[in-house]
Amino acid sequence: MTNALVDLLAQRDWLLLDGATGTNLFEMGLMSGDAPELWNVDQPEKIRALHRSFVEAGSDVILTNSFGGSRYRLKLHHAEDRVFELNKRAAELAREVADEAGRKVIVAGSVGPTGEILEPVGSLSHADAVAAFEEQIAGLIAGGADVIWGETISSEEELRALAEAAAKQQAPLCATLSFDTAGRTMMGLTSRHYAEIAPGLAQRPIAIGANCGTGASDLLRTVLGITDASPDALVIAKANAGIPKYVDGHIHYDGTPELMADYACLARDAGARLIGGCCGTKPEHLRAMRAALEGHAAGARPSLDEIRAKLGDFSSASDGTEAGDEAGGEGRRRRRRG
Amino acid sequence: MAEEDDIILSELDDEELVQQMHDDLYDGLKDEIVESVNILLERGWVPYDVLTKALVEGMRIVGIDFRDGILFVPEVLLAANAMKAGMGVLKPLLAETGAPRLGTMVIGTVKGDIHDIGKNLVSMMMEGAGFEVYDLGINNPVENYLEAIETHKPDILGMSALLTTTMPYMKVVIDTMKEKGIRDDYVVLVGGAPLNEEFGKAIGADAYCRDAAVAVETAKSFMSRKHNQAAAAG
Repeated sequence: MTNALVDLLAQRDWLLLDGATGTNLFEMGLMSGDAPELWNVDQPEKIRALHRSFVEAGSDVILTNSFGGSRYRLKLHHAEDRVFELNKRAAELAREVADEAGRKVIVAGSVGPTGEILEPVGSLSHADAVAAFEEQIAGLIAGGADVIWGETISSEEELRALAEAAAKQQAPLCATLSFDTAGRTMMGLTSRHYAEIAPGLAQRPIAIGANCGTGASDLLRTVLGITDASPDALVIAKANAGIPKYVDGHIHYDGTPELMADYACLARDAGARLIGGCCGTKPEHLRAMRAALEGHAAGARPSLDEIRAKLGDFSSASDGTEAGDEAGGEGRRRRRRG
Repeated sequence: MAEEDDIILSELDDEELVQQMHDDLYDGLKDEIVESVNILLERGWVPYDVLTKALVEGMRIVGIDFRDGILFVPEVLLAANAMKAGMGVLKPLLAETGAPRLGTMVIGTVKGDIHDIGKNLVSMMMEGAGFEVYDLGINNPVENYLEAIETHKPDILGMSALLTTTMPYMKVVIDTMKEKGIRDDYVVLVGGAPLNEEFGKAIGADAYCRDAAVAVETAKSFMSRKHNQAAAAG
């Protein structure tokens, strides 16, 4: 498969991704509870400014403002009939900024979860989920996205639906899961399991990895789990800049640029080649990460102890990837009838 | 499982059956839960005891293993569905028999947020613990909360958010209540994955509850304080 992202990865050891969309838009005046995607049409200059701030800080890949751009999420804002328009516009705005950068910048079309729970546990059918993702992907590709970028996914069913939609739309795909519950996704997936199923998805992702979740330490443990299970995979690391706090009417993440710089180098050593930040990550964090990565000579795979020492403790003792720890956890009692 | 004999629920004594119900809730076995609830009722158990000793206690165990990373959302949803089925049998009977009422709660997920797994669990556990719960569902603007408060006059207002982009909205609701001078008339509890205790304090909530079991305990302790204050004032 050839496309702009693959081409750039062939030339570079690592790429710097961008920072947070939602939390940065708050600082630009977005009201909590409102849909960021509506700003693609209502406040395009602010979206361009956000993308530009990332490019100026050194991002090689920028994500479109379309995380909640599926019909199921836009429904909350009575905008479910504007999926194609809002996603196309999201990609166009990022494309404009990327094309005026003076260097190669990749536009990745962000696709977040529908927010619905898929069958069999939930009520959203596989077919409906595929259709919703296809609709969103079609808009992003029409607007000029180089690659579709699934984020914050937690369920295998939804991941499979997204990959199928990308395949049907013939769109290249990257996908990151959010491992935020004792080192697994909230639906219980481990990093190892993700690495194992990724090559067999309907559209094989160019790169796989983790975003958001619980702090930088946990995210690097996930990267180690993925690279351990699948040493040849191209791996994405997009950690939050610390923990959310409420300061002066805004959500503030307590991770410093120095901490994110350390995280970026550790992510590189852990085997990630696409490195960026999620919630709370501002241009100043990215600048520090870029400088650190440029001055970083590749080191040995970090141990969990080294990660803990540099970035802080993990949120849970285990992340479910230890031997005999798969399939619901060893603590799971089973005493079924017949 | 092949190595186990079939268990005939009606042949278990009360203690074994309650144990089995805890296991069946854990495994999300809806039909078995309904059957067991009916067996206990036929044996003369009062509905309130079936609710607390079998269902609520079973869900408490599920909640602990969810907190500890042993169970995940799919298993918890199945368990909650099984509990709901059992509650379906008990609810009309509880109303008839006048089970104790600890207090009233209005609960909802805030504007822009679609997630309701945690909120539904809290709602169910609060009902199980003896609270009357008015569940506003997802995506609630401040007006919905105010209207529900006005209508139901609850003791407790619960808010939930799962997104970093929606959690600040809880402060919008609390600030509006302050403007209207009604903030202190209610206990405000908040919860959701990206929240923490410090955040709860900073936005002016009475408490942050990390899971459904904590929510129930916190609600109970606020209610008993309220009663003590009322007694002291009287």
